[in-house]
Amino acid sequence: MEPMLIAGLIEVCRATIAANSDHLCALDRAIGDGDHGTNMQRGCEAVSAEEANLSSLPLPDAVEKIGLTLVMNIGGAAGPLYGTLLMEMGRELRAEDADDAFPIILKRAIDAVARRGRAAAGDKTLLDVLYPVQDALAHRSRLSDIARRAERSAGDTAPMKAMRGRAAYLGDRSIGHVDPGASSCALLTMAICRYLEENRPE
Amino acid sequence: MTATTVNVGIVIVSHSPLVARGIADMVRQMVGDSVPLAWSGGNVHGELGTDAAGILRAIEDAWSEAGVAVFVDLGGAETNSEMAIEMLGMPRAAKVTICNAPLVEGAVMAAAEASGGASLSKVVATAEELSP
Repeated sequence: MEPMLIAGLIEVCRATIAANSDHLCALDRAIGDGDHGTNMQRGCEAVSAEEANLSSLPLPDAVEKIGLTLVMNIGGAAGPLYGTLLMEMGRELRAEDADDAFPIILKRAIDAVARRGRAAAGDKTLLDVLYPVQDALAHRSRLSDIARRAERSAGDTAPMKAMRGRAAYLGDRSIGHVDPGASSCALLTMAICRYLEENRPE
Repeated sequence: MTATTVNVGIVIVSHSPLVARGIADMVRQMVGDSVPLAWSGGNVHGELGTDAAGILRAIEDAWSEAGVAVFVDLGGAETNSEMAIEMLGMPRAAKVTICNAPLVEGAVMAAAEASGGASLSKVVATAEELSP
């Protein structure tokens, strides 16, 4: 079950990013340097290339390794951010106490991303999707509701003023644009939820 | 690029390989071989971007027991440099500092300071004086 699940999730994430690469670049051109789509695509393809090896690993090791692969291949600020999320999640999964439910593990991993980016909720970053998704998970929302929450949260970054990353140089001019990192994060969340719904009914 | 001095090393990180290499050339012209120096520019494919593994290699190339001062251009360069320093691991990671300083002036000033045998904290402070 687990190897199939890991392989399936790697593939849906790759496919989603590939299908939305141009869109993510367009969002990034508006408030950043225009490469978020190609960077994410490069990262996801590198992970895909290692899929056979990754899906043979225990889940915590696979998740941590995916994080490291993203760091090594994305080539923008998104590398260390997504990389930290997964590397931290992998470490937490390995150290898991019986009491530690997944939402708590995810929360710790998101906090590590916030520290890495020295950003907080409301700064117009992927955190503005991650925290709401974690909240929905903690409240045991259905997968379809988690996906909708992710999509809505990405949209909610439009009126925010960017405080971190290259978009922050634009100041008030960043207002009115959806954050590319929040958008890729929502797309990935939606793809993962859809996949789990189809392949692992609750 | 391994120097046998005990002077602080300098690493230049830019999204652009041309920028990183150009600044390294300027630093080299200033201080010759007296300071360990390395650069990392661009992503894994040499396109605009930054590369944590490449930055890690640059830090190792410019390694000095006196420490290494890292100069970065924009956002991702800093985040990826932090990642590289973590990957370097302790105890060496404690001897690497990312400077909050302008890339060109900071690196040149820092290298001049380092060439005189200044400590890492002095090298970093000299570069950071340039930031408002």
